Amino acid sequence: MAHPGAHHTKGRPPRVGDHPVFRRVLLAVVLFFVLLLIVAPLVVIAVEAFSRGVGYFAKTIGEPDTRHAILLTVLTALVAVPVNTAFGVAAAWAITKFDFTGKRLLTVIIELPFSVSPIVAGVAYLFVYGLQGLFGPALQSAEIKILFALPGIVLASMFVTAPFVARELIPLMQAQGRDLEEAATSLGASGWRTFFSVTLPNIKWALLYGVVLCNSRVMGEFGAVSVVSGNIRGQTNTLPLHIELLYHDYNATGAFAAASILALLAIVTLVAKVLLERQGAGRARRPATLAGLDAVPPETRP
Amino acid sequence: MRIVRRRVLPGLPLALGVTLVYVGIIVVLPLSALVFKAASLGPEDYWRIVSSERAFASYRVTVLCALAATVFNLVFGLALAWVLVRYRFPGRRLVDALVDLPFALPTAVAGIALTTLFAANGWFGAPLALLGIKVAYTPLGIIVAMSFTSIPFIVRTVQPVLEELDPALEEAGQTLGAGDLSIFVRVILPLLSPALLAGVSLSFARSLGEFGAIIFIAGNQPFETEITALLAFIRLEEYDYPASAAIASVMLLTAFVMLAVTNLMQARALRYTVRG
Repeated sequence: MAHPGAHHTKGRPPRVGDHPVFRRVLLAVVLFFVLLLIVAPLVVIAVEAFSRGVGYFAKTIGEPDTRHAILLTVLTALVAVPVNTAFGVAAAWAITKFDFTGKRLLTVIIELPFSVSPIVAGVAYLFVYGLQGLFGPALQSAEIKILFALPGIVLASMFVTAPFVARELIPLMQAQGRDLEEAATSLGASGWRTFFSVTLPNIKWALLYGVVLCNSRVMGEFGAVSVVSGNIRGQTNTLPLHIELLYHDYNATGAFAAASILALLAIVTLVAKVLLERQGAGRARRPATLAGLDAVPPETRP
Repeated sequence: MRIVRRRVLPGLPLALGVTLVYVGIIVVLPLSALVFKAASLGPEDYWRIVSSERAFASYRVTVLCALAATVFNLVFGLALAWVLVRYRFPGRRLVDALVDLPFALPTAVAGIALTTLFAANGWFGAPLALLGIKVAYTPLGIIVAMSFTSIPFIVRTVQPVLEELDPALEEAGQTLGAGDLSIFVRVILPLLSPALLAGVSLSFARSLGEFGAIIFIAGNQPFETEITALLAFIRLEEYDYPASAAIASVMLLTAFVMLAVTNLMQARALRYTVRG
């Protein structure tokens, strides 16, 4: 990452916006809004969660419904994240290592869930697996429960996070080209061997980066999951849904106690993100470094 | 001329097969089912639902609030990116990392936190109430929630372009006797504008579809503070599936239009970045 400020030497005239007064005022205004809009929400979660003391906090977290919501959230992530990761790797391999017609369209479809509101996603799933939907009646007669149960929650989570891993890998693998893999296979390595010994070491940080972001979104997803879960207390409530339920039960302290777990997850995610970015992950999709990669649209969405 | 190269890498059938099956089941099937359901309504019923007074009011609230939030983010996001790239100050790396918090923090968590802050007895709500400004349970609250959830878009699209900006361009302006403001408006802003537009379209699109952060702070009064996403949700809870499908299809169509716009903007941003 280039830091133009570092090139600033004494001989040069000050750059635009470097007037000391302007600098201080702008910095103060920006930091004020950062405190107001970004830091304050984090602080208020912690303050509210512990507003009735540590004992009450521990009691809320230990309640069966909350524990069940945590369990369901972890379970959802344990299914959705690995499946999504496998898909992301497969998609990136197909798109970057081969040429075929419809590649551009496929890339657009993979990215589609970014643009679709989670509510639309939830409603859409209802029209596939719900009683009003395509497979609803057949599923009911076979007594398979998808909606208002774990499978529905997992599917909706997979929809909203479908692009997360692929989007990290595609620009990176595109930039790395195919030479190494072609060399490995022409020397007799099998496809899997080539992937694990040649490709994977080169993409591991970007892969982990995608997995971390995917996990964070799966565990925090609210809109799509709230449509397909049925919100049954102690049965199909994930942690974000449980927070809503507690909040609307006028149990704000309980809601914030549950929310503090997800806030902690967010902080851990941010720390992991910074550490992985130091390894070079997350940079490939920045527009400034995408020069020459015209097959894939530049992706700047985090 | 097209160069024909022999394909030596294995794994295309498996990788492409997995990709197509996954994308088909997870993305294409549900969206097609939604379109199919909405299309089965017939044009008259469809139009009656999507043009109902309540639906129209929800479009107005959603679009106007998203516009306001995006304008705020345009100014604040640009200033934040500028400060992060051009100034050195203690805690800069921390602020840089915190920019992504709105993406990392689950929307429901952001929703209850912002509501508590801006409620009439909250840390910000109480002083604002003294000034006669109500934020929570008004359109202003929706704007706050939308701004929060989409701040990173503009910062993260502008930041790399700002980093790569050639100081020589500014120096040329200075040599020619232009003032800071003039250089900013005539040299820097035009170079940033493709990235800014890309960020703006992403931010706007996200605000149009946001749900979790908004419903806690909005108050959700029909015609006043009811966003379109919530209306689709309410119709569902009333078991009015056709209406829900129709409204959701309007949101989906809008998302497609915004996707086309953002791709266009990003392609432009990329072209300018590469050349500039």
